[in-house]
Amino acid sequence: MSSIHGNPSGYGRRKLMDRVMTTLAYLCAAAAIIPLTWIIVYVVIKGLGAWDAEFFTGLPQLFGDGGGVRNGIVGTLVIVGLATLMGVPIGVMAGIYLAEYGNNRFGTVVRFLADTMTGIPSIVVGIFAFGLIVVNTGGFSAFAGSVALALLMIPVITRTTEEIIRLVPDSIREASLGLGVSRWKTILRVVVPTALSGIVTGVLLAVARVAGETAPLILTILGTNFPISANIFDGPSTTLSLQIYQLGAQPSPEVVEVAWGAAMLLVLIVLGTSILARVIFRGQSVRGR
Amino acid sequence: MGFFKGLRRGHTTDTVFAGVALLFGLFIVLIMGGIIYQLWLQSSVARQEFGWGVLTSSEYNPGAEEYGALSFIYGTLVTAALAILIAGPIGVGIAAYLVEIAPERVNRVLGFIVELLAAVPSIVYGLWGFFALAPFLRDYVVPPLQGVLGWTPLFSGTFFGATVFTASIVLAIMILPTVAAVSRDVLRAVPRDQREGMLALGATRWETFQRAVLPYAMNGVLGAVILGLGRAAGETMAVTFIIGNKPELFTSLFAQGATLASQIAGQFPEAGGVTLSFLILLGLILFVITILINICARLVVRLVSRVPKGGVRA
Repeated sequence: MSSIHGNPSGYGRRKLMDRVMTTLAYLCAAAAIIPLTWIIVYVVIKGLGAWDAEFFTGLPQLFGDGGGVRNGIVGTLVIVGLATLMGVPIGVMAGIYLAEYGNNRFGTVVRFLADTMTGIPSIVVGIFAFGLIVVNTGGFSAFAGSVALALLMIPVITRTTEEIIRLVPDSIREASLGLGVSRWKTILRVVVPTALSGIVTGVLLAVARVAGETAPLILTILGTNFPISANIFDGPSTTLSLQIYQLGAQPSPEVVEVAWGAAMLLVLIVLGTSILARVIFRGQSVRGR
Repeated sequence: MGFFKGLRRGHTTDTVFAGVALLFGLFIVLIMGGIIYQLWLQSSVARQEFGWGVLTSSEYNPGAEEYGALSFIYGTLVTAALAILIAGPIGVGIAAYLVEIAPERVNRVLGFIVELLAAVPSIVYGLWGFFALAPFLRDYVVPPLQGVLGWTPLFSGTFFGATVFTASIVLAIMILPTVAAVSRDVLRAVPRDQREGMLALGATRWETFQRAVLPYAMNGVLGAVILGLGRAAGETMAVTFIIGNKPELFTSLFAQGATLASQIAGQFPEAGGVTLSFLILLGLILFVITILINICARLVVRLVSRVPKGGVRA
């Protein structure tokens, strides 16, 4: 390998090395496709058998035919919905702060913390929500779970919002400011609408990420095989992700089949949201209006 | 303070909006502080009871009041290291393929597939790992491996399915997108001049990559790998489902183990009192480990914008 200075006899060997390495790169690419295909095909094959009317309308039965996951479907909608309601305004506003006012030392600290927060294991965030809410209110609740999920969404939304808003050309801001529009109106009426599709994409990706989260929910909503508590501030709740964990570990094959059905539904929701996010962003990327 | 100056000058709404935005920025700092405070507070019982000795003791038997965290720290570090050993080279290989070889259209499709791989929920990886991958490994991978390397302690013992080996492979698949995506961005940032200069000297594509591209992007690639390591260390659900959850200083990859995260998730529903406080102490240890890894990764990545090795920047 040491001679690349026109040693004709070494050329064949160098060419071969190039071929070998190129082939290896192709194999690596294939290595990304195999597990994804395997997982999706396997989940669909196993999950399809569980999908019947009872799967969507029934409650989990640990004995017998396994029942359904109605409570998990409702719980996922409630908890992820609540988390989105809490996480999106905070995340987007923090992103606006970083992009528009964050070019100083405090902004650097916030940016660094947001980056670091995305790397904190979700179970640690679950411990925080447990200590803050479950311990203080005296019980597991859907609210505690959605706070944990919101905390997982916030740094992701903050950073994507900041990056997208920074892509908005300064000429657009200057045009608005030049017309005498105040700065806050320029941000809310001109800059944010211009970056909206990108922000929505970031939000959808964050929602998709937390919809599949399980670990923090074990510590905050506990899980239940009965209808979820109607009071979001008190009483155990459950989600599809938590049901996959709890039903998938049961000895009865019928119950495990229900877990596969839940896995298929969850994968459908999460991948569907991710794909939707991509489509929105491609359809209308950042541009002036 | 600009805030009060703004109020006096009459840009009231502007200043209020800036203040509100600042509050939300402050919120991020508060969350981080809150996480650290809660971990410290909730683990106080365990910290006072066991002291620093908890870090060096591997005995874990709540029935006999023995609480050691070492086997969990060991399990976390070993599985994460194994995962990155597998996912590191493959992830960089994918990035190299995407940046240096793939045509634009393939690039977009494969990039999308890698993104989807990152979107699959952790617990689904766990279910798949337990019911699909583990039997596959048992029937087709472990027998030949043991045939050749069975005499080493690393590959000895009976393979039960839910093992350190299975967990590490699933972890590797899960962090592959992180390593690949970050490395791709880093390789993409290498200027074209680097490649063209090398190609003009008559180098092959591999030689160009090895001598002109990779040294230039080395810090970033290293950062990507460390970031993947952090992800692997904190991963919970998949590992909880497939590692067997046995607190032990295992020597064989075919043994069962436990990680910090898997122990918290697995034992939490039944825990109370000292055991609960101990689990949260494990969370504190996990937090410190992942934060250190992450800060390390970000510092290394940041170095990439400074004088890169082998660069032609003036």
